Amino acid sequence: MLRKIRRAALLGAAAFAVAGTAYSQNEQFVPMNGYWVGPYAAGGSGIFGGLIDYMQMINARDGGINGVKVTWEKCETEYNNARGVECYERTKKRGPTGASLVHPLSTGITYSLIDKGTSDHIPIVSIGYGRTDASDGRVFPWIFPLITNYWSQNTAKIKFIGMKEGGMDKLKGMKIVNIYHDSAYGKETIPVLDVQAKKYGFEVTHIPVAHPGNEQQAQWLQVRQIKPDWVILRGWGVMNPTALKAAAKIGFPRTKIVGVWWSGAEEDVIPAGDAAKGYIAAAFNVSGSNYPVVKEIEKFVYAKGKGEMEDKSRVGSIYYNRGVVFGIVTTEAIRTAQERYGKGKPMTGDQIRWGLENLNIDDKKLKQLGATGFMQALKVSCMDHEGGGSVKFLQWDGAKWNTITDWITSDQSIVRPMIEESAAKYAKEKGITPRDCSKEG
Amino acid sequence: MLYREAGQFKTTYAADQQLFPIRQDRIGIAILLAVVFVGVPLAAETPAIAGAIDFNYWFSGVLVPFLIFSLAALGLNILTGYAGQLSLGTAAFMAVGAFAAYNFELRVPGMPTLASFILAGVVAALIGIVFGLPSLRIKGFYLAVATLAAQFFVVWALTKFGWLSNYSSSGVITAQKLVVFGYAVDTPVKRYLLVLAIVSVMALAAKNMVRSSIGRAWMAVRDMDVAAEVVGIPMMKTKLLAFAISSFYCGVAGALYAFAYLGTVEPAGFELDLSFRILFMIIVGGVGSILGSFLGAAFIVLLPIFMDLSAASIERSFGFALPAGLVSNLTLILFGALIIFFLVVEPLGLARLWQIAKEKLRLWPFPH
Repeated sequence: MLRKIRRAALLGAAAFAVAGTAYSQNEQFVPMNGYWVGPYAAGGSGIFGGLIDYMQMINARDGGINGVKVTWEKCETEYNNARGVECYERTKKRGPTGASLVHPLSTGITYSLIDKGTSDHIPIVSIGYGRTDASDGRVFPWIFPLITNYWSQNTAKIKFIGMKEGGMDKLKGMKIVNIYHDSAYGKETIPVLDVQAKKYGFEVTHIPVAHPGNEQQAQWLQVRQIKPDWVILRGWGVMNPTALKAAAKIGFPRTKIVGVWWSGAEEDVIPAGDAAKGYIAAAFNVSGSNYPVVKEIEKFVYAKGKGEMEDKSRVGSIYYNRGVVFGIVTTEAIRTAQERYGKGKPMTGDQIRWGLENLNIDDKKLKQLGATGFMQALKVSCMDHEGGGSVKFLQWDGAKWNTITDWITSDQSIVRPMIEESAAKYAKEKGITPRDCSKEG
Repeated sequence: MLYREAGQFKTTYAADQQLFPIRQDRIGIAILLAVVFVGVPLAAETPAIAGAIDFNYWFSGVLVPFLIFSLAALGLNILTGYAGQLSLGTAAFMAVGAFAAYNFELRVPGMPTLASFILAGVVAALIGIVFGLPSLRIKGFYLAVATLAAQFFVVWALTKFGWLSNYSSSGVITAQKLVVFGYAVDTPVKRYLLVLAIVSVMALAAKNMVRSSIGRAWMAVRDMDVAAEVVGIPMMKTKLLAFAISSFYCGVAGALYAFAYLGTVEPAGFELDLSFRILFMIIVGGVGSILGSFLGAAFIVLLPIFMDLSAASIERSFGFALPAGLVSNLTLILFGALIIFFLVVEPLGLARLWQIAKEKLRLWPFPH
């Protein structure tokens, strides 16, 4: 027994000794702190699969970003805040310039990293999740909730409902039910919905569903009593298929249910079977592998027998494509930084922060990347760390997600004042003096 | 041979009743404390050593969470291990501590951090007493179910009442800056020392407490409550005191979790899952043992990290990459297997293994 323990200890020590292998100097390190186990593994493995595959494609096709190879290391966070912080601390100094930026892929972990990233000078990029008011870059210089945040997305949803009803004035007197996951994530859109209800004159009822949400009979009975015109589903994980099944049971039309993007992947609807047909979800990326960027990954990665996804049919799924979007944003931010601080050199966290803040992916660039229609154009600035704000709406036909709208812009006249108010409150609480954006170069 | 107590005579009651009656233990503890308080921070400051090991990672990624979870496990061990009241509300009491400390700092101008930690512990203790009341009537697994109420109620209340999180739209709080006696605790090594100091003092207090009349009353209640009542131990006071002190420990642990470790916490971070993890810590480490709380926390917190690190370095040194989910799943399976292995080999926990080792060492190298 003792000898066994000693042998195990020796093995462990040997494993640690080789942990400190040297890195080549012309590399850009990107930590991959994700989750491949646990209840949210479908999201974690899909998104990080797409992200890593995109990096592999960049290395194989272009030899890296202007010749700087991208390297990475996976770290399992189990969607757990403590593990996420451990992964962050573990990988923040890897590579010649340290971690380029971090995708925490969990709102909880993002919150835990706000202070740490700010003091370590590592950008924290949360695409489609995280702290909404961090869109105010004056208060949160290191935090980038890119593309769209929950509040923007919500205004686009109401716009979409207005479009379907034939004009925003038709919303007056309508009833909308907001079924939400009873957590920080689920509650986040309540204030913005209330503001919109007042503005457009519809009536909104918020109904919470306790985590994990596999029991929703009571909530849908309430829906039946209210008889709403539309239902907004703000679910997560197992709550989504359960909600769709419960809606089918009470006979509420699925074509009148609009979900958030964390309720709109294949994994969210397939378990509901036929009950999911017609269900609509917001998205900031589309599904399908018929885009040049995905084709390039298939050509340069999968055709050579490499690639992260064991189940190749997931290439082109919603989560996978979202990971590709993460990859595009990551590499383009580094490329933008290189254009200012030196092409072909690894960039530091400070330089990449500049790159993110000056990121400009316009339609021309999208075409060049092979991602036209795949993701929206993105322009980030010191004031606005969101950059896009638009969403597309997808409808599930029982076999795949079909895009049913073009990019629908959000209503920043509602969202921006709320963000600035919330960020100012945070700044006051923490004693932060907001940056003056006119002085940023 | 090294661990023989022959020749150590106790000539006073004080000597007989001291915390560590064996001289080797005293020396061992003194060395351990010297290493963790002085040696490790000094090593981190020495450039030659600090260049080889990433101390900031070890402090903020590994040691601080280990110490904080040890403190929470210690709190639960007082309640479950010593007083025999099964509880599934540990994470809730931690949440109370975290949010209370935040509110004291926020709403009382000039509040010293340490004072708000202590008050946070007191608030957690009060909540603990309230949820400990059912323990006067129900026992065992039924009590565990009653403490589940604490778990769900606290998390619900923290999301429901905006005042508690200063009307943050999502119920998330950001801990204020740590300042102890006018001294900013802002680097990993300082945070480590602060947490270490608090945990050491509280562990020492717990060690003393369980040897005192309160501790003996707890153990009497644990072993047979009817008999304890017959010999005149007041049930209500003993049980509620156990709940209060246990919750105090958990509350301070929660405050440290928010202030010295994560920085920003949300109520959802204190789910039932965390309560279970802490319960597993004391089961694996040793129910009814101060040392067991630390060993259990080390096992549950450090082992997965260690396995993850080894897997990554093995992959790197042999130059191959395993499929994405495989490593994560393998470590999870291995971790589960190790828990079963240790529980089969020693159902009384890792602390018991240490005790057996100690007994063997006393006779070594000449066992009869």
